[in-house]
Amino acid sequence: MKSLKKQRRIQIILLASIALAASTALIGYAMRDGINLFRSPSEILAAPPEASETFRIGGLVAPGTIERGQGAEVRFLVTDGGADVPVVFAGVLPDLFAEGEGMVGTGRYVDGVFHATEILAKHDETYMPKEVMEALKAQGHWQDGTGDYGSGDYGVTARPGGS
Amino acid sequence: MFIELGHFALILAFMIAIAQALIPLVGAHKGWRSWMAVAQPMASAQFFLVTFSFAALTWAFVTSDFSVDLVVNNSHTDKPMIYKISGVWGNHEGSMLLWVLILTLFGASAAWFGSNLPDSLRARVLAVQSSITVAFMAFTLFTSNPFLRLGLPPFNGTDLNPLLQDPGLALHPPFLYLGYVGLSMAFSFAVAALIEGRVDAAWGRWVRPWTLAAWVFLTIGIALGSWWAYYELGWGGFWFWDPVENASLMPWLFAAALLHSAIVVEKREALKSWTILLAILAFGFSLIGTFIVRSGLLTSVHAFAMDPERGIFILMILGVFMGGALTLFALRAPAMEARGVFATVSRESALVMNNVLLAVSSFVVFVGTMWPLVAEMLFDRVLSVGPPFFNMAFSPFFVGLAAILPIGAMLPWKRGDLRRTMQPLWPILLLSMAMGALVWAMQTGRSALGPVGVLLGLWVVLGAGADLWSRTGRGALAGRLGRLRRVPRADWGKATAHAGLGITVFAVAGLIAWESEDIRVAQIGETFSHDGYEITLADVRNVEGPNYHSTMGFMEVHRNGRHVATLTPEKRIYPAAGMPTTEAGIDYGLFRDVYLVLGDPQAGGGWAVRTYIKPFANWLWAGSAIMALGGLLSLSDRRYRVAAGAARRRREGAATVAAQ
Repeated sequence: MKSLKKQRRIQIILLASIALAASTALIGYAMRDGINLFRSPSEILAAPPEASETFRIGGLVAPGTIERGQGAEVRFLVTDGGADVPVVFAGVLPDLFAEGEGMVGTGRYVDGVFHATEILAKHDETYMPKEVMEALKAQGHWQDGTGDYGSGDYGVTARPGGS
Repeated sequence: MFIELGHFALILAFMIAIAQALIPLVGAHKGWRSWMAVAQPMASAQFFLVTFSFAALTWAFVTSDFSVDLVVNNSHTDKPMIYKISGVWGNHEGSMLLWVLILTLFGASAAWFGSNLPDSLRARVLAVQSSITVAFMAFTLFTSNPFLRLGLPPFNGTDLNPLLQDPGLALHPPFLYLGYVGLSMAFSFAVAALIEGRVDAAWGRWVRPWTLAAWVFLTIGIALGSWWAYYELGWGGFWFWDPVENASLMPWLFAAALLHSAIVVEKREALKSWTILLAILAFGFSLIGTFIVRSGLLTSVHAFAMDPERGIFILMILGVFMGGALTLFALRAPAMEARGVFATVSRESALVMNNVLLAVSSFVVFVGTMWPLVAEMLFDRVLSVGPPFFNMAFSPFFVGLAAILPIGAMLPWKRGDLRRTMQPLWPILLLSMAMGALVWAMQTGRSALGPVGVLLGLWVVLGAGADLWSRTGRGALAGRLGRLRRVPRADWGKATAHAGLGITVFAVAGLIAWESEDIRVAQIGETFSHDGYEITLADVRNVEGPNYHSTMGFMEVHRNGRHVATLTPEKRIYPAAGMPTTEAGIDYGLFRDVYLVLGDPQAGGGWAVRTYIKPFANWLWAGSAIMALGGLLSLSDRRYRVAAGAARRRREGAATVAAQ
């Protein structure tokens, strides 16, 4: 009886290690295209990423640059104070997307234009995405204290989906 | 006045909780009956005090008492009554009070319905539960007090975030918290058993209904949240792999694993230490979830405000409870000798497989969720982990789970014969594969996801049916049909929940594989066609809502000349919060949803319009509901209603129906 219990225990440990190894391998494999780096506009202009790389861009929507109502696409500039990057997005923007507000977009940088597949504009009037805050700080355009954290903010995403 | 009384009641409950966390524990250790016995009235008192406190806060919301800071920030006199009430938990402070309320509710339930527990175990369970309550009451009182007053009350409030003004989301947090907090009962039972140094079949039987209830609530809560995201956020996504969603998925996976392994403890007295570990980890993950949601450490689609101080407090709670419980586990686990032995092919082994797969899939979600933090701290790289990662790393384990489920569910305990078990399953497997192949042939050139979904879904659903059928024994069809009604509810619950999982798996695969979308500019009066539907933008008008202005599109949907629906997608502006929202126009159908979104007005006239056809979307919610229903059926089984200990003695020797 004792040996049967021991045998079972060895089998379970073996099974668990196999599962763990399989998951680690899968995690490593999936991370190759499941990870999106975050870049600020300045970083993008300093070292433009490959057109095949999906990454995230973050910054403020430059005032006076949103072109809506020109077909299904929306165009605007994202700025961190140091550099501007043009963004194209085919989709319905999140409700709280506005000029001068923070945004984070996921997509690719092709021929000097960021083609966004997803745009995140999280805030309750005063909220700023953390990455955007860091990017603005790096460019010296952020004073602590201007970001007041309200409570209970739910953000909104928009993506064209599918694609 | 009420607010101060509510605040006072909470402080009083906090004091009682501290006493309840200590006195019964000492009593159980020394064997002093009177010290153990104080736990029950204390648990009840805590519950009533916190209920009063919660009612006081709700009263402030209902009467729009704008001298309370929280009401000012989350309410408005024009808001419909249901959202005034849901506003109580639509914010950090109020939701913590709800959390505490549910903690005390579970504690009190254990006191009221635990009369069949041994005295010392009950005293310890209530003490451990109360220590969790102490931690969260301290958190609420010291870092997020909902009862703060304003010196100069404003004339009106700033409104609840309009996105939260929705019936689905009004109910989402209470269910989710019932699930999260329900796992604290499993944790308390595990820690009490470790202190007691005894885990037996009876323990498994006591811990299962609590876990099952928590799992049912979590299922409903997650499904409600997902449904809300689907119709409210305006692009029809139902799952984002967002940190906050993952935070609820991980405890769900662990709760599922726990309620299966607890069966092994109950029926076979094996896997004891593993089950205890699972119970500790399940609650640990629900604490981690709380930490993720409330610390704002991870950028999420929907999180409460970030506040490092609160994050550190929750991290401390997590550290104390997980550290303490795991240390206790390391000390006591070797003492828990398994009694039942089982063969390599047996129900026990299948449940071990189930547990390994659930635990590993949860591990994958955990790594993906925490990776941005790790990368930032160790490699100084800011990144995010997107859905492709989770789809790739998570799905294989769930496919494996669905593949073994029907077989494992029908394997006998102790020693099984794979050939014998497979006998009734072969036709089902062949049918499922044939249907999968058929779908594959019909949808030439598209991803394999759809056919695989059909195969797995059918296999699991029909397998659940076969499982139930096998419970009716042998003999004539009429006799078996008659016996079907007398199959224990637990078996019905098991089959129902498994079938629900099958439907959900199918719906997820089908929805992702076969959805289609279209974006275009439409002039008023223009008709366009998409995926077999003719859609007309008939008109766009301004409409006034109770507390918002709406730009409402009127769109006619036809299919083959037949009128299907008139949909009214909207863009709303809530002036009090100064916030716009998008309301999709959705025609719900059995096999597909037509999902219309109104975009921006165009410079050259007309409007941007998005059209989605979402196949089998309703099956997703139905599948989740059926899963939850299965859990409830199982929970209503007779053996939970009769005193578990007594029933066990009575049934000793008698042929026990192998429920579950």
